[in-house]
Amino acid sequence: MPDMPHSPSRTLGPVGLYRRMAGASIVAQLRYPGTFIIQAIGNFVTTLLSFFGIWSLFHRFGSIAGWDIGTVAVLYGLVNVAFAVAETLGRGFEVFGGEYVRTGSFDRLLLRPRSTLLLLLGHELRLRPIGRFLQGLFVLVAGLWLAPHVQWSALLVLPWAVAGGAAMFLGVLIGQAALCFITVEGLEVVNVLTYGGVEAGQYPLTMFGRWLRRFITFVLPLAAVCYYPALFCLRHPDPLGLPIWIGALSPSAGFAFLGVMVFAWQRAVAGYVSSGS
Amino acid sequence: MQTPLSTSDAITVRDLRKTYRIREGGSWRGKTRDIVALDGISFSVPKGQIAGFIGPNGAGKSTAIKILSGILRPSSGEVQVNGLVPWTNRVAHVARIGVVFGQRTQLWWDLSVGEGLALLRDIYGVEPERFARNRARLADALDLGGIMDQSVRQLSLGQRMRAEIAASLIHDPDILILDEPTIGLDAPSKLAVRAFVHELCQDRGTTVLLTTHDMHDIEALAERVIVIGHGRILADSPFEDLRTTTLSERILELDFHDTPPELTLPAGASETAREPHSITITFDPRQIPAPALVAHVGHLPGLDDLRISRPSIDEIITRFYADHAA
Repeated sequence: MPDMPHSPSRTLGPVGLYRRMAGASIVAQLRYPGTFIIQAIGNFVTTLLSFFGIWSLFHRFGSIAGWDIGTVAVLYGLVNVAFAVAETLGRGFEVFGGEYVRTGSFDRLLLRPRSTLLLLLGHELRLRPIGRFLQGLFVLVAGLWLAPHVQWSALLVLPWAVAGGAAMFLGVLIGQAALCFITVEGLEVVNVLTYGGVEAGQYPLTMFGRWLRRFITFVLPLAAVCYYPALFCLRHPDPLGLPIWIGALSPSAGFAFLGVMVFAWQRAVAGYVSSGS
Repeated sequence: MQTPLSTSDAITVRDLRKTYRIREGGSWRGKTRDIVALDGISFSVPKGQIAGFIGPNGAGKSTAIKILSGILRPSSGEVQVNGLVPWTNRVAHVARIGVVFGQRTQLWWDLSVGEGLALLRDIYGVEPERFARNRARLADALDLGGIMDQSVRQLSLGQRMRAEIAASLIHDPDILILDEPTIGLDAPSKLAVRAFVHELCQDRGTTVLLTTHDMHDIEALAERVIVIGHGRILADSPFEDLRTTTLSERILELDFHDTPPELTLPAGASETAREPHSITITFDPRQIPAPALVAHVGHLPGLDDLRISRPSIDEIITRFYADHAA
């Protein structure tokens, strides 16, 4: 039957295949349940400790530059939940340099009749960030409870903000992976955007200088996925003067950022195939 | 006007060239240097043939294999594999080939062999009945029954290579590319792999391109060897032809129970080593046939035993590379 069509189009689509690969990676991770539980707890505790730093500041001073602990907790929760989702989905991109480029396994990936993005997303559905996720969620709920003017109907914007934030951080991870084709070394710089982004997202935009403010608004749309949606939920007017409804729309910037990074990825793969380096 | 590439061949390569641009010193603005990996190679492999593809390290083999696999775009030249140009439609192309890289796994370290094969079924979109059939056939032929439930991490190298070969064939590819399939394997595993590949070609008409440094793989499997060096094809012939043209000489060893006598040898034969109880003679059978030489030395006083041998395949290929400065 050499002439039989081997087209995979009639079979499992991208979503179905992703589910299969993700399922297999969960099986693999749970093969050593003790390790997983310890790692998840460790992840929960370390992220919680970083919040205690912020909490003790506010406990001492009450409010800082007009921002109360509730608002800051909401920002903190949003950015951490979003980042945890991105870490869960984007593990294949995070380890791309070390596990695929340096070892030459990327060639192996190219030998599979599927999109490289899909195969790398399917590398692992990582369970460990559940610690950061739960802790972020916990702080987020506490913040809403402490904040003075929550508009409960506006909370619908929160899942949308988390989605936008996760898309943005996933975009960072994909961009980082694309850079691996040029340099496997020296990618630590990109951690400024991931871990640095998480740190910066925890504080209100007005606490930063103009240069950094512009960077996390227009280059990495961190403000669009955390700060403005938080203001929207908390009915907190923007000290920088933008209308409050902006927070309901701005999370889409996270998806736009992801789109740009996906485009960069496709270009980088095409470059790899033609240069072979 | 060039004739169109033939479609009855499984693989057709015409005037394939690849130049890599290397940045000197690795700096961003440094000078660049071009390295020619393939300098115009042409060959074709008919359906169902096992072709050996050999050459010393750095000859351009891996570059050619990568281009044929669709993961590298050449600088120029034409290639058709199964009637497709590998690099213009990667997804359609790789769905119809199987590739085993001896040193890299295509299975998942943390999954069992069976789970890995099932995942490949979904990646390649193999229908469930066809998958069940292929899985049973491969498990039987490659003796995978006992390791289906073991995780790949725990397999021995020989077990893993058998699992890799099964993984590369689960989607019935028309073409199988084997890159060092026996590297590091013990003798029984090597024999098992060779027997399987031979059968695959005979029974299913799969076309096989075999790259290896183990010349016994070539001797056992390949109907034909393509030798590549410095990015060019140095020879493309059945292995026996390579032997005849490269190192046709034979070796005659004589054992004596005493000090060997002085010899006068006919033209085409010469003494190449002398030990306290033996002499080694190298001769060209085209000049002096073996029976004539044996008749000539047969009456020597004190002769106990004699043996005639041919140079090993490793010696032949070493000589061939040396002759071509490859």
